[in-house]
Amino acid sequence: MQLTLWTYEGPPHIGAMRIATAMKGVHYVLHAPQGDTYADLLFTMIERRDRRPPVTYTTFQARDLGGDTAELFKSAAREAYDRFQPDALLVGASCTAELIQDDPGGLAKALGLPVPVVPLELPAYQKKENWGAAETFYQLVRTCAAPSVPAPGWQRPPRGDARPRCNILGPTALGFRHRDDLVEVRTLLDELGIDVVVAAPLEATVQDLMRIGDADFNVVMYPELAGQAAQWLERTFRQPRTKTVPIGAAATQDFIREVATLAGVDAEPLLNARKSRLPWYSRSVDSTYLTGKRVFIFGDATHAIAAARIAQTELGFKVVGLGSYSREFARDVREAAKLYDVEALITDDYLEVEAKVQELQPELVLGTQMERHIAKRLGVPSAVISAPMHVQDFPARYSPQMGFEGANVIFDSWVHPLMMGLEEHLLAMFRDDFEFHDDAAPSHLGHGTAQRVEAEPSAPVASAPAPQMPVSSIIWAAEAEKELSKIPFFVRGKARRNTERYASERGVATVTIETLYDAKAHYSR
Amino acid sequence: MNSMAPLEAGRAAQGCSSAPTVLRQRGQREVFCGLTGIVWLHRKIQDAFFLVVGSRTCAHLIQSAAGVMIFAEPRFATAIMDERDLAGLADANDELDRIVARLVERRPDIKLLFLVGSCPSEVIKLDLARAAARLSKVYSPTLRILNYSGSGIETTFTQGEDACLASLVPELPAEDGAAGQSLLVVGALADVVEDQFRRLFNALGVGPVHFLPPRRSTDLPAAGPRTRFLLAQPFLNDTARALEERGATLLPALFPLGVEGTTAWLKAAADAWGVSDAAFDAAVGAARTRSIAALDKYKDQLGGKRIFFFPDSQLEIPLARFLARELAMQPVEVGTPYLHQQHLAHELPLLPDTTLLSEGQDVERQLDRCHAETPDIVVCGLGLANPLEATGLTTKWSIELLFTPIQGYEQAADLAELFARPLVRRARLEV
Repeated sequence: MQLTLWTYEGPPHIGAMRIATAMKGVHYVLHAPQGDTYADLLFTMIERRDRRPPVTYTTFQARDLGGDTAELFKSAAREAYDRFQPDALLVGASCTAELIQDDPGGLAKALGLPVPVVPLELPAYQKKENWGAAETFYQLVRTCAAPSVPAPGWQRPPRGDARPRCNILGPTALGFRHRDDLVEVRTLLDELGIDVVVAAPLEATVQDLMRIGDADFNVVMYPELAGQAAQWLERTFRQPRTKTVPIGAAATQDFIREVATLAGVDAEPLLNARKSRLPWYSRSVDSTYLTGKRVFIFGDATHAIAAARIAQTELGFKVVGLGSYSREFARDVREAAKLYDVEALITDDYLEVEAKVQELQPELVLGTQMERHIAKRLGVPSAVISAPMHVQDFPARYSPQMGFEGANVIFDSWVHPLMMGLEEHLLAMFRDDFEFHDDAAPSHLGHGTAQRVEAEPSAPVASAPAPQMPVSSIIWAAEAEKELSKIPFFVRGKARRNTERYASERGVATVTIETLYDAKAHYSR
Repeated sequence: MNSMAPLEAGRAAQGCSSAPTVLRQRGQREVFCGLTGIVWLHRKIQDAFFLVVGSRTCAHLIQSAAGVMIFAEPRFATAIMDERDLAGLADANDELDRIVARLVERRPDIKLLFLVGSCPSEVIKLDLARAAARLSKVYSPTLRILNYSGSGIETTFTQGEDACLASLVPELPAEDGAAGQSLLVVGALADVVEDQFRRLFNALGVGPVHFLPPRRSTDLPAAGPRTRFLLAQPFLNDTARALEERGATLLPALFPLGVEGTTAWLKAAADAWGVSDAAFDAAVGAARTRSIAALDKYKDQLGGKRIFFFPDSQLEIPLARFLARELAMQPVEVGTPYLHQQHLAHELPLLPDTTLLSEGQDVERQLDRCHAETPDIVVCGLGLANPLEATGLTTKWSIELLFTPIQGYEQAADLAELFARPLVRRARLEV
């Protein structure tokens, strides 16, 4: 068992719903108890979709468990087919139905429906939402593409003079900016002179998936969601796949080069013609104050890894923490963490992430809605970079993360929450000003006093002393304690620890103002 | 599956001339499970913590259901079971002990812990009553540990509150031997509503008055043969039964929604305390007059409007009664997850004869009926609201009726406004 306040991912059948909802003409019959229909609101409320997800739930109750739940599933599947006339049917079980072992796949096959039926085995007590989405997409692609699978040993013939063609794989319903990322990626491909055979699953049909083998290669937008299908397509249809995710100014350029190589076209015209504003905004002197800002990053693997690169190399921040809840991609995150000399935090335990943020005391948190809560409670600025999301993370405006425009959006949305340069200096210089204090928010973000109202009294507070004090019983003189309070709160804990370590190494029992500045000089080398 | 059943009690017993029928269909039920009640209960009982023993789906439900992510540090959590817990129940119990220990360490301020059963914990027959008893021994007396089921296979939405309150009933202390009769108001109410009712009961000379659930678990009211209780909510069957088993007496009444409902509800208590009609009018007259005037301005906006209820909270029938009788709305179909004839005995005869009552749900066929009726406003859950709006219908999210103070005189107009607002908004928008 795992104690969970918030969960980063839903159960795997939510992933299957994201695929079914993204596509056209696919219906999902889910063997699930009453109550599991809550999942509809993720799509209709959080994503503001104007249609119900194409899902039929059996919604069995206790009285059904004594009877024939298998028959209940069969009638639900038959009625769903009759009513919705889908081109393909997904069938599966949620966590509770998995325990009663009715075999939805077998039951649905027995109905003899005239459309492809894809049985989904999504182990709810082992796997989670993104895995469920990837598995569902893979199974659906496999089923739809089966008739056109070439013989083993087949090699893709040279393309000749035809225009290069690719598929775009990955965007789903309820994805973080997937709708806009897809537009951005399509634009880049179009400008490179590459045709798109299928973009899936978002807005794709079953007929589209049947043609998926026609493309020369695949663009994988989100490896968590499309990696598994792309690997199968590579093995089966000899379609190479992209490895670069175009989030960030440099990654977008890398992506263009990678795609151009796969397509056999020249990347230079596009690289010369199109640029993000991020590099110049970052070089403009106003951005100097961003230098070395300590940033903590947590999210799905794709967005966290991309964010770390942007933060460190494109905005000049310092990555002090990098982590992900995507256990399946732990290796990639660990590799990335090495670049910034930090240890990757691989966990789906919100409490662990919270403890880490408290320990690291970053100046900016880039994370999910969960980290936004942590940051808010600790009074640290934050921006959302990854699912899980809130309704506000589906903005009305065009707001991609990918491509050149995505880099512009990222510059704005990460820099905006921070204190502006000169304001920060003034805050540090005049700490006793009654309006300038640790709890004051950046003046362009409205009234700062509102910032901490949600914190509960029992919640631990960031500016409290570090939980583990050194074993040595070091005493702080009153004036040293007062001087310490003049140091900005986000580095105060570190200053206290350094000073105490310095004192204990030198056998100093009482920290004075002198000790504080001796330690400062010592550690500033 | 379809059935039309005559309404046995209710209207027939009241001598209603026509023979109303209840449509019962079986199919997909688009309703929340009982775990959802935690969303408001964890705010109501300020020193209680709700630990769901369930799956990732349960955790995902609670955090998604009501946008509860606005609370940075909730007083609820889920112990998510994994494969190892399914493999051996002994291990599952050890794991539960470990989780509770971690929780207690993190939240030492908690005085009452509910272990809340879920669909998976019930299917694998994890005995949470036993676990609660075992853990109570460890943490008594600083922490009381109870259990109830909020699973979807056992409970629909507000039945979770019923199960929670029913689990509190055996914990209520016995009445003081010397005490006279007391009034217990049962069902979670907004604090402001509770305070209003307390003032009215004081003015009536009805008391002492206690509320279940209390704001703090250390203030559990007594229950016994001299306890008279009023239900503030229509979904509390098990709690009412448990109180009756303790010897308490239910004061049957309309539910306190709207002026009429509130008056009848207060009157039921006043009668039990032998308050004269004149004294009753003197005590409630001002509030009643004020609320009638406040309701008046909504009559134009809502009068004659046709309303369709999808089943959700079991509040549907009292709400339809209020809207029909005090605002002249026309309930077309009133769906409810369960039709509890006994507790609704006063409500049912007051519904118009033209109203179709439906119990249970086949959501697809109910949507067909809704589209065919093209009502002026549809009361439905969050999964259906935007899709119905997109087809041109006006909707009111039913969950808001649980999160908003709607009971009592001072809230009667607020309740009407909840229904008027979507109509006003639609009329106002020009895009």
